Amino acid sequence: MDAVLPVLAVLLAIVIVWYGAAIRLNMPWAEEQMAREGIAPTLPVLIGDTMAQERPVLPAPHQVAKGLWDGIAGQKITSKRSLVWHAWVTLSATLAGFAIGSLTGILLAVGIVHSRTMDQSVMPWAVASQTVPILAIAPMVIVVLASAGVTGLLPKAVISAWLTFFPVLVGTVKGLRTPDAMQLDLMRSWNASAAQVFWRLRLPSALPYLFASLKVAIAAALVGAIVGELPAGATAGLGARLLSGSYYGQTVQIWAALFTAAALAAALVLIVGWIERVTLRRMGLAR
Amino acid sequence: MQSRGGAAPVITAQGVDLTFQTADGPVHALKGVDLTINQGDFVSFIGPSGCGKTTFLRTIAALETPTGGTLSVNGMTADAARRARAYGYVFQAPGLYPWRTIAGNISLPLEIMGFSKADRAERIARVLELVDLGGFGGKYPWQLSGGMQQRASIARALAFDADILLMDEPFGALDEIVRDHLNEALLELWARTGKTIGFVTHSIPEAVFLSTRIVVMSPRPGRITDIIDSPLPRERPLEIRDTPEFLAIAHRVREGLRAGHAYD
Repeated sequence: MDAVLPVLAVLLAIVIVWYGAAIRLNMPWAEEQMAREGIAPTLPVLIGDTMAQERPVLPAPHQVAKGLWDGIAGQKITSKRSLVWHAWVTLSATLAGFAIGSLTGILLAVGIVHSRTMDQSVMPWAVASQTVPILAIAPMVIVVLASAGVTGLLPKAVISAWLTFFPVLVGTVKGLRTPDAMQLDLMRSWNASAAQVFWRLRLPSALPYLFASLKVAIAAALVGAIVGELPAGATAGLGARLLSGSYYGQTVQIWAALFTAAALAAALVLIVGWIERVTLRRMGLAR
Repeated sequence: MQSRGGAAPVITAQGVDLTFQTADGPVHALKGVDLTINQGDFVSFIGPSGCGKTTFLRTIAALETPTGGTLSVNGMTADAARRARAYGYVFQAPGLYPWRTIAGNISLPLEIMGFSKADRAERIARVLELVDLGGFGGKYPWQLSGGMQQRASIARALAFDADILLMDEPFGALDEIVRDHLNEALLELWARTGKTIGFVTHSIPEAVFLSTRIVVMSPRPGRITDIIDSPLPRERPLEIRDTPEFLAIAHRVREGLRAGHAYD
């Protein structure tokens, strides 16, 4: 109960501010409507109208909730109007991209830690790759892969992996380098091979860092998949839902898609966090 | 220099030099170190910081490579001896893996060296008894006190039956009472196993209490200034520290340390 109360208080504050903002932002349109129909505007009528516009500047919370409910529960989940179906399309690309990106990040990190040449050659490129805005890269990736005949899930997964590998790379390099000189000396005193040092010392030491970066990475992977759905006029996925919503001024649809994406990201981070807790506890690293 | 007739030399150093190249120019960590350590000796290295006592222990362990002189361990080069797993090394910190139990930590070098599972279990049980930690094999390091953790790290160094035990200020981070207790336990362990022990310390009483030979070193350049063969019997109760013989050796060590500092 002690934990729930503050959360509820914050949520309540957000909803109140949101309603206030919705009234204020939707008011000009409501006033215009009244003036056009020659009705003398009274405040309750105006406020009632700001809550129920079809294309509000800022939809009221209950409108978004209704949009979410219609999208999730009101459709067959195979329907193109179902948010569950769109979320699944995005999620599959997210997970594929997350897998590719994490694996790439971990493999590059292992190379960087063991090879001076790789340390000096790969890291600057990895950093450079992240300074290019993903919105600029995404259309290029989609177009180039499409011209090579690759469409559908893979191009989105590539963009997703682009955002995923970097935090995993940085976290894993940091983690693999945590063993101190004394622990490496001990390994040397036992004449341990490089592989033994890796599997028995470096990798277990790196796991807490790896999990922290995986949590960042999976949220980034979702962003990558959504961005990957924006450029090509895709018809499926949360990104496509956002795009078509903005084409047709369907703000309720946009907000419903946004909330679905946020909930999806939160769920993914929670799942990684749960795997982290179980793994570290079984290793005796978390008490 | 032979402390007892008949004992074979295990470690022989002749004119060992070690110079580190640093940004501020060369640092002479060791200069012309001559020393013979015989089978079953307990040799302490004592001296102020920077005298090269730890560096010398590390060259024996082939964790550092001398830049001059000859050093042989078990009749081979130090590096060949390391590869033959001739010694167990104990650092100031226990360096136990938090994700392994005490038994798992002791098992680590045994796994690396390819001992069979049954052999590992037998050895772990034996060395845990040896350091008086029987029954603690299933605990994680954080569940043990600092002194117990250090005993576990000694057990780990003993597990693969190397004849040489190299200890770099192993009790330096522990309080006086725990230290006394561990010193007694170490002497008992040495008597039971007959290991050759190299022991780095800051503490004069500790060096005198434990050693058959005390090597006094001084810095800039790191070198040996005195080697004292202890006349104390091998069996030593803690009370021996109040005898005139003990105090006489302690006095000589202190003089040696002071002489090394005289022209600073």
